[in-house]
Amino acid sequence: MGKLLAFTMVAATVATVVLFWRRVWWFPPNISTVGAGVDGDFRLTLWVTGILFVAAQLILAYCIGRRPKAGRARYLTGNLRMEVAWTVVAAVTFIGLALHSYRTWARMYFIGAPPNAVKIQVEAEQFAYWFRYPGPDGVFGPMHLRLINDATGNYFGLDPARDPASRDDIVTATLGIPVDRPVELLLMSRDVIHSFYVPQLRIQQDIVPGMVIPIHFTATRTGNYQIVCTQLCGLGHYAMRASLKVMTEANFKQWLARQAAEQ
Amino acid sequence: MAACPATGRRMGGGRAARVPQSVRSSDMAKASSESVAPQVAQGFWRKYVFSTDHQIIGKQYYFLALFAALVAMFLSWLMRVHLAWPRLAIPGLNALSASGAPAGLMTPEYYLSLLTVHGTLMIFFVLTTAPQAGFGNCLLPAQLGAERMAFPRLNMLSFWLTFTSLGVLLASFFVRGGPAISGWTAYPPLSALGSITGPGEGLGQSLWIISIALFCVASLLGALNFITTTLDLRAPGMTLMRMPLTAWAWFVTAILMLLSFAVLLAACVLLMLDRVAGTSFFVPSGLIVSGQMIHGHAGGSPLLWEHLFWFFGHPEVYIAILPAMGVTSHLLSCFARKPVFGYRAMVWATIAIGFLGFLVWGHHMFVSGMNPYSAFAFAVLTVIIAVPSAVKTFNWLGTLWGGRLRLTTAMLFALGFVSIFVSGGLSGIFLAEPPVDVQLHATYFVVAHFHLVMGMAAMFGIFSGTYFWFPKMFGRMMNETLGKIHFILTFVGAYCVFMPMYFLGMAGNVRRYAQFVDPYLQPLMPLQRFITVAALGLGAAQFLFIFNLFWSLFGGKKAGENPWQATTLEWATPGAARAVYRGPYEYAVAGQEQDFVMQNAPDAGPSRARKEAADDNADQISNA
Repeated sequence: MGKLLAFTMVAATVATVVLFWRRVWWFPPNISTVGAGVDGDFRLTLWVTGILFVAAQLILAYCIGRRPKAGRARYLTGNLRMEVAWTVVAAVTFIGLALHSYRTWARMYFIGAPPNAVKIQVEAEQFAYWFRYPGPDGVFGPMHLRLINDATGNYFGLDPARDPASRDDIVTATLGIPVDRPVELLLMSRDVIHSFYVPQLRIQQDIVPGMVIPIHFTATRTGNYQIVCTQLCGLGHYAMRASLKVMTEANFKQWLARQAAEQ
Repeated sequence: MAACPATGRRMGGGRAARVPQSVRSSDMAKASSESVAPQVAQGFWRKYVFSTDHQIIGKQYYFLALFAALVAMFLSWLMRVHLAWPRLAIPGLNALSASGAPAGLMTPEYYLSLLTVHGTLMIFFVLTTAPQAGFGNCLLPAQLGAERMAFPRLNMLSFWLTFTSLGVLLASFFVRGGPAISGWTAYPPLSALGSITGPGEGLGQSLWIISIALFCVASLLGALNFITTTLDLRAPGMTLMRMPLTAWAWFVTAILMLLSFAVLLAACVLLMLDRVAGTSFFVPSGLIVSGQMIHGHAGGSPLLWEHLFWFFGHPEVYIAILPAMGVTSHLLSCFARKPVFGYRAMVWATIAIGFLGFLVWGHHMFVSGMNPYSAFAFAVLTVIIAVPSAVKTFNWLGTLWGGRLRLTTAMLFALGFVSIFVSGGLSGIFLAEPPVDVQLHATYFVVAHFHLVMGMAAMFGIFSGTYFWFPKMFGRMMNETLGKIHFILTFVGAYCVFMPMYFLGMAGNVRRYAQFVDPYLQPLMPLQRFITVAALGLGAAQFLFIFNLFWSLFGGKKAGENPWQATTLEWATPGAARAVYRGPYEYAVAGQEQDFVMQNAPDAGPSRARKEAADDNADQISNA
C-alpha cells in the first residue's frame, strides 16, 4: 500500500507539472497594458509555489514509499534551528510575493485614469449591460430614476427635452472602444450586485448598487471580446453578457457616429 | 427546568447522597476527578435522544453530519451531470421538483438552489459539525481526562438547535419557489428584497436565514462548552502544553466559533430586518428591480454585508480545517511511532492561524469595490497566515522523516490530508495577490482552491478520525481492507475532480453558472465531462465507507483497549487514574519496554523513566 500511495502521489505531481508546463489549458491571450503585469505576477508565483509543491509531494512520497527500517525510530522532538530557518524562509518568500504584486495593483487602482481617457458609463441590471457615451459636449446628462424604462429604451432615465447635456448622449448595448487609448468605465448597477469581467483585459470589478466604481485600462489589440458577469445575480446569471469591440481610432469614430445617428 | 425531572429521577434511583454534589459540579463546571457520574437508569428518550451525555451527543452530531454530507453529495452529482450534459433529462428529477425540473430538465434557478444548499450543507452541517462538535464531544473530555463536558444541558440544546436548523434549511425544498438561489454567501440586495429578485428569494431565502441564525446560536453554545471544558476540567497534570494537538485544535476552533458566529448571527438578524421590517442595513436607495421601483429603502450598503459575512466566513474556513490539522498531527505521530516534530511550534502555529484568521477577511473582497489601499493591506496579512500553515506542513514532514510507518487506513487518510492540503493551500498564494486574484476571482480556480484545501482536506480529516476513533466510539474495529480501497479511490478521485478545475479557472471559466453556453467555454467541455465522471466515481466510492461504517458497528472485530498503541488519555484503561505525567506524544522513548509511554503512566519524565526501566531490568536479571 505504501508503494502504491507513493506512486500515486508522484504520478499526480508529474501530471500536474506537465499540464502546467505544456500549457494544455491556459489564459486567453492578454490584450491590455496592465495584463503583462498580471501574467508576470502569475508566472513568478507559479514558479515559487511550483517548487514548494513538487518538493513537499516528493518528500511525502519518499517517506511513505521507502523500505521500512527495522527497530525503533529515533526519539526526535524537533529542531529549533530548522524551525526558525523554515519560518523565516516561508515568511520572506510569501510576503515578498505579495509586495511584488504591488506594482500591478497600483497601476490598476492607485493611479487614476489619465485626462485623455474615453469616459463611458456602464449600467448593469438583471441580466444585461448598457453603455453611455457623453457625446461631443463631454458631459453625461443627469439620470432620472422614474424615467428609467427598458421598454422604451431609456435605460439611463434621460430627459433630453429638459436636460441639454443629455441631448448628445449615446446609449449602446455594445461596448465599443478605441485601441491604444485609455478608457475609463464608471460602473453602476440598478438592482443587485453584478460584475464586469473580460478575461482578455485582465480586468474584473464588481458593480455594486448604490456605488459608482471607476476602472480604467488600455486595450492593445483590436477585435471582438465578451464581457461576462461573475457575481451571482439571479437565474439568468450564466447568460448575462455584452460584447466588447476594440477598434482603431478611425473605426471607433465612425462606429460612434453610427450609434449617435441611431439614437 | 429540565434539571428537576432529572434530579428527581436520580433521587428515585436511590443515589440521593451523590445528587447534590453532582448537580453542583455540573452547574458550576468545577473539575472534580473523584466524583463519578451517577449511573442511574434512564429512559430511552433521555439516554439516546434528548441526551446530556457528551458521547451520545457527539455521535448524534456525527450522524447528522453524515446525513448532510450524503444529501450534499447527491446535490453535487445532480449539478455535475447537468453541467456536463445540460440537455440530458435526469430521470426522476421532476418527481423531486416539478417546477425546478420540468420533464427532468433542470432550470437555471433550480441549479442555483442546489448550489446554495450544497454549499450551506457542506460548510455548516458537515465541515463545522463533524470535526468539531462530533469528534470534539466524543473525545475532548477523554483526552483531557475530564469526565464530561462542562455544560451537558447546553450541549443537548446545541445539538437540537443544529438539528432544527438543518430541518429548516431542507424544508425550503418544499416551499413555493424552492430554496434560496443566492449561494452560501447570500449577497444582498439579491437576498434582501424578496421574490422580486428571483425564485427562491421569497420564503426559501427567509428559511435559509432562519436556519443559519439557529446554527449560529447552536455553535455559540457549543463553543462556550468547549472553551470552559478545556480551561476548567483538565485532569491534574494536564497542563496546556501537555494537551494533544487535537485538543488544542478543538480549543482554538471553539474560540474562533465564539467570535465569528456571533458576527454572522448579527448579520443574519440585520438581513432579516431588511427583508421584513423595512430597514436598510444592506439596501441602498434608488433600486429598480425587474422594472419596478423599490420604495422605502435608503442608505444601506451591500458592502457592509460582505464585510460582516467574511468576518465570519474566513475564520469559518479555519474552523473547518483546524480540527483536521489536529487529527493529522495526532495520527502521523502515532503511526510513524515518533513524537510530533516541533510540538511547541505546532501549538503556536495553531494559535497564530486562529489569531491571523480574523485579520484577512478582506481578501474575499479584492474586486468588491472596497478601498484598494485596504485591499493591499489585506493581501499582506493574508500571505502572513500562509506562514504558520507552511510551518505545520514542515513539521508533518519532519514527523514522518525517519518514522516507522504503520499504514493503517487512518494513517493513509492523514497522509492524504497532507498531500491534498499542499495541493489546495499553495494556490491560495495566487489568490492572495490582488492583481492575480482579479483575473482568477469567481472562476473555477477558486472552486478548486477551496474544495481541496478546505473541503477535501477536512473530509480526509473526518475519515482519518473515523477510522482511528471508531474502536473508541463503538468498541469495534472497522474493516481495514475496505478502508484501504476506500482511501485510494477517494485520493485519486479527489485529484481527478478538483485539480482540473485550476485549469478551467485559468482559461476564464466562471463559477456559479447554470450552463456553459458561450463559445469560449465550449473547448473546455471535454474537461468538464471528465470532472463529472470523476465526481460520480468519487461519490460512489463513499458508499464503501458507509457500508464499512454500518457493517462494523455490528459485525466489526471487537476492539482491544488501546488498539493503535497510542499515548493519549482517550485510550487509557477506563477508570484508571486520570493524573497526567508527561506530554502527549511519547513514542520511541529510549529505555522503555514498549515504544510508547502513555500520558498517565506514573513517573516523572524520560530520565526517571530510563532509570526505573534500568532498575526493572536489574530486578529481572536478579530474579532470573
